[in-house]
Amino acid sequence: MINRTYELMFIVRPDMVDEELDKLISTLETAVTSTGGTVKNVEKMGKRRLAYTVRRFNDGMYILLTVEGSGGLIHELERRLRVTEPVIKFITVRIDEEQKRLDKIKKLRDARKKAAPAPAAAATPATPAAEAGEAAPLAQ
Amino acid sequence: MADETKAPVADRTASETPAASASAPSSSGPSSSGGSSSGGSHAPHRSGPRDSRDSRGPRPGGPGGGREGGRKFFRRKKVCKFCVEKIESINYKDVRLLAGFVAESGKIVPRRLTGVCTPHQRRLSSAIKQARNIALLPFAGRSN
Repeated sequence: MINRTYELMFIVRPDMVDEELDKLISTLETAVTSTGGTVKNVEKMGKRRLAYTVRRFNDGMYILLTVEGSGGLIHELERRLRVTEPVIKFITVRIDEEQKRLDKIKKLRDARKKAAPAPAAAATPATPAAEAGEAAPLAQ
Repeated sequence: MADETKAPVADRTASETPAASASAPSSSGPSSSGGSSSGGSHAPHRSGPRDSRDSRGPRPGGPGGGREGGRKFFRRKKVCKFCVEKIESINYKDVRLLAGFVAESGKIVPRRLTGVCTPHQRRLSSAIKQARNIALLPFAGRSN
C-alpha cells in the first residue's frame, strides 16, 4: 500500500553548483517514480548556517523533498543519499499521521465556524427552527 | 523530616554499643552490615520519610508548580502557549518557535518553567530533537 507520506530533508555542501544540485534532485525523483511513488513537492530552502560543524562545513544548502510512497522507497532514497558525496546530512520524517490529525482539527474548526455564523444570519428573520439553541433566545 | 533520617543512625549507634562496640568504629563495612541486620526495625524509618515525601509530591503539584524550583514561590498560573494560540502543528522546521523553548546552553527548558502542557511538551521535545539532528538547533550551545 503506497499511501505513506514522507518528508525528506537533506543538507548539501554549500559550494555546490546549482545545476549539479538539480541533477541530484532529478536523480532522486526518477528513483521515486521508478519504485511507484510520487514526488509531492521539492523545496530549496537556501543556504543556512548550521548549528554545529558537520564534516568541516559551517553552512549548507537545505532541500526539502515531500514524497509519497512505501517504506522500501525511503530505504532506497536514503541509501542513495548516504552514498552521494555532496549530501552531508539527511532526515526522514513520516508525516501522514500528522497530516490526518491536522486535517481532523481543521475539519472540526470549519464545522464549528459554519455552525456559528449560520444562526447569526438566521436570527434576523427570527426563525425558531435555528440549529444552535442560542439563536432562539436571541430572536425572542 | 530531617530528624527522622538522623534518628535511625543515632538509634543504631546507641543499640550497637552494648552489642558490638568494636565493630562500630572499626570500619564502614561491618558497621553497614550491622546496620542492615538491625535495619529490620529501622527500614520502615528509612523508607518513612521517602514515602511521605512521595505522597507530598503529587499533592501540591497544582499550585506548587513553581515551588519545586526552590526559592521561587507561588508562580502565577502559566498557560500553555500552544493551547492559547491554538498552534496545532509543532514542526521541526520552524526554528524560531522552537528556539523559544531552548536555553542558551541548547538544553530543552523543562515544562514547569515554560508552562507548556504535557502533550505539547512531548511533541515539542521530539521536534527539538529532530531539529538538532538536522543541524537547525545545536546540541550544546555556549560550553559552560
